[in-house]
Amino acid sequence: MVTKVLMEALSPTMEEGKVLSWLKHEGDQVSDGDVLAEVETDKAVMELQARGQGVLRQILAGEGATVEVGKLVAVIADPDEDISGALGGTEAGAARPSAKPERAAEEPETAEEPAAPTTREAEPSPAESQPTTETSGRRIKASPLARRLADERGLDLSGVSGSGPGGRIIKRDVESAEVTAPVAAPAPEGGYEDVELTQIRKTIAKRLVQSIGPVPHFFLTTEVDMERAWEARAQLNALEQGPRISFNDIILKVVAQALVEHPACNAWWMDDRIRYFRDVHLAVAVAVDEGLITPVIRHADRKSLREISAELRELAERARARKLTPEEYTGGTFSVSNLGMFDIDQFTAVINPPEAGILAVGSITEKPVVTDGDLEVRRRMRLTMSCDHRVIDGATGARFLQSVKLMLENPLALVW
Amino acid sequence: MSKTFDIIILGGGPAGYVCAIRAGQLGLNTALVERGKLGGVCVNVGCIPSKALLHSAYVANLVQHDAKKLGVSVGDVSLDFAAAIKHSRQVSEQNSKGVGFLMKKHGVTVIEGSGTIGTGRTVTVDGTTYTAEKAVVLATGTRVKGLPQVGLELDGKTVISTDEALFLEKVPSSVAIVGAGAVGCEFADIFNAFGAKVTLIEMLPQILPLEDAEAADALRKVYKKRKIDMLVSAKVSKGVVGDDGVTITVEVDGKAKEIKADMVLMAAGRALNLEDIGLEGAGVERDERGFVKVDEHLKTTAEGVYAIGDIAGPPMLAHKGSREGVLVAEVVAGRAPHPIKYDNVPSVTYCHPEVASIGLTEEQCKEQELDYVVGRFPFSANGRARAAMETDGFVKIIRGKRYGEILGAHVVASHASELIHELAVARENEYTVEEIDLAVHAHPTLSEAVAEAALDSLGRVLHT
Repeated sequence: MVTKVLMEALSPTMEEGKVLSWLKHEGDQVSDGDVLAEVETDKAVMELQARGQGVLRQILAGEGATVEVGKLVAVIADPDEDISGALGGTEAGAARPSAKPERAAEEPETAEEPAAPTTREAEPSPAESQPTTETSGRRIKASPLARRLADERGLDLSGVSGSGPGGRIIKRDVESAEVTAPVAAPAPEGGYEDVELTQIRKTIAKRLVQSIGPVPHFFLTTEVDMERAWEARAQLNALEQGPRISFNDIILKVVAQALVEHPACNAWWMDDRIRYFRDVHLAVAVAVDEGLITPVIRHADRKSLREISAELRELAERARARKLTPEEYTGGTFSVSNLGMFDIDQFTAVINPPEAGILAVGSITEKPVVTDGDLEVRRRMRLTMSCDHRVIDGATGARFLQSVKLMLENPLALVW
Repeated sequence: MSKTFDIIILGGGPAGYVCAIRAGQLGLNTALVERGKLGGVCVNVGCIPSKALLHSAYVANLVQHDAKKLGVSVGDVSLDFAAAIKHSRQVSEQNSKGVGFLMKKHGVTVIEGSGTIGTGRTVTVDGTTYTAEKAVVLATGTRVKGLPQVGLELDGKTVISTDEALFLEKVPSSVAIVGAGAVGCEFADIFNAFGAKVTLIEMLPQILPLEDAEAADALRKVYKKRKIDMLVSAKVSKGVVGDDGVTITVEVDGKAKEIKADMVLMAAGRALNLEDIGLEGAGVERDERGFVKVDEHLKTTAEGVYAIGDIAGPPMLAHKGSREGVLVAEVVAGRAPHPIKYDNVPSVTYCHPEVASIGLTEEQCKEQELDYVVGRFPFSANGRARAAMETDGFVKIIRGKRYGEILGAHVVASHASELIHELAVARENEYTVEEIDLAVHAHPTLSEAVAEAALDSLGRVLHT
């Protein structure tokens, strides 16, 4: 007897399931009630059971495949029985193969040409096997030369369409992608990692969007003691070397550092996946006559306080003169907005999609504070982080904010 | 016979007949117009018969020079050029018949005669006008030519072309060859092997002027050993045909030099067969060099008219023409074929040793100021080549310094014509020298030299 194995609704809200692993394989004898496969639902990992007995003749949904409830995933039948009817009758549940995170690009350091002692020794890249644009679920078809070019330039091949045989990405595609990238889809440099959405994350995303607008914000506020930062800034500026450091510069430096420690907050919501960036590109809200613009400090995580300060000053000046190019105000991975100079104690900032977070910085004010039972007057500042709940959960955001607070309260922690 | 087809092709050479096969495969009602023998110059008076003669030349050299050392004594060797010619003609006949068979197999109607195109995709052959519903494809090719401006007009006896050289009853005792490109070098090899005194005359500074200088120089050394005279940077200023042969005056380094020979073979360039086929009337324009103007799909300036092969521009090679034939058939059938990479067409001279190349020469890399690294491997260090006593030549790979892409590759070897394709596949697929090395090469083979040259470019050569 032919038994169709369908994707079952293993939870009341389940609409699709992802086959994690097959415990039985094609050709295995199975009995009613045997566990055939493990399936990840919107809530948990569940077992898919056999509803008949015989031989597991064919598996239609491989490991990693996501299948809608009610669609065929396998067929159980007697060894010689004709199963073509079962295969043809129901639309097979072939679906998006998926699974592991996909390494999109190499770290810039490893992509650089190794310093060569002589011309003859100058190898184009290490001869050892290297994890390049290798993906597990979705294979990217690209020529070796195209991969090399993309790796070195930090270009994500998953976003490049191929013009070679069978859609293979060739050198020309990588070269033209580079030219168009900043305009069409600003791709920050430095590489990142795309992570496929788990069922749980998909459900969270869907529910949250239904409840509040397209970007489900939530907010976290903390108060930071700024006494030490105040002193540190005064001491630095007293040296009279380089530009005068502002509190905003210090906050940017700290945020960049904290994002390195909490990459979960340095990400884009990409609808079908979350893109975690390896480098920090900080967008900074700058008020201009006609509104607001967010110039981006590229690789803020690799820049010194002085560099950040000088760069922001220069970007802000040109922003006010309306002289920024689109590449200069797009492609940020996280934003900072500071209204402290307007005596705003605290506010909530609106996320700039596809970024997943923005930090709203209030003014530094003297306040009475109780420390160890003593009442003191101290300089305090309120930070409010807006998070896209599809990407950042409460605890994730809180830990990031904790790091920011720790570094601001102990500026030497920046050089840990 | 019906007078309406989907596609009518003028010319049954390697561009036209391959186009016809592909069109037939794609279900197009196809006609091929040919005034001579099917297969064109390539099959009848070009690539194929000359390869037969070159093999005869190879055997002649083998039995006279290497056989004894290889343990085979053949006694007195007599060379019979007429027999070699006879063999070459048989091969040509077989191949031409084979093309006829392929036409039948793919349902192609062959119309004998000279075609002239008109407006509205029409072709007239011997007073009958045929109409192509979809396309007319011009594949009329080229023909031999002399140098009448210096007194060397082809006369078929003393001033000959390959058309006559391929039918000679006996080898002349001395022959001058004007033009040391692939054709000139191949005939120099043939005539030399059969005992003629050969003088190669080349206007440009090296024999095989389109090849990498190192590759050309390797052949020059072998030819010098074989006592073939070579004059480069030599301009033919005068040719005088007398009763007992020809006297050619060439200018080398500003000095005039006279060469006397029984015959002169004109092997410098070919003339395009574009006269009298109705180009102007049909609105088909030509470029400043005389080739038919075509776009990337080989469409001419006339609606529904395509041009392929030699008349569509260089390189004037059979395999390039065949590929264009396939592309046009697919375009006409509504497919979207991949464009032809004209910078990845291999070029081969089938002399001994053979010279094959793909991509850029080192000189071109320099001109384009590319950052490159050269890897080389000599066949004198290759076991298989030593076993066959064919150690002349090398593999040279020029790779991009930064990414390792193969900018150009040059092979001089007994079987360079076969070795070059590994590099053609690599370049077509944008492999780098590392992928060449990563592929395990069988031992012992000549192909190992390709892998070793790739390694050498990475500074990791194993066997030198």
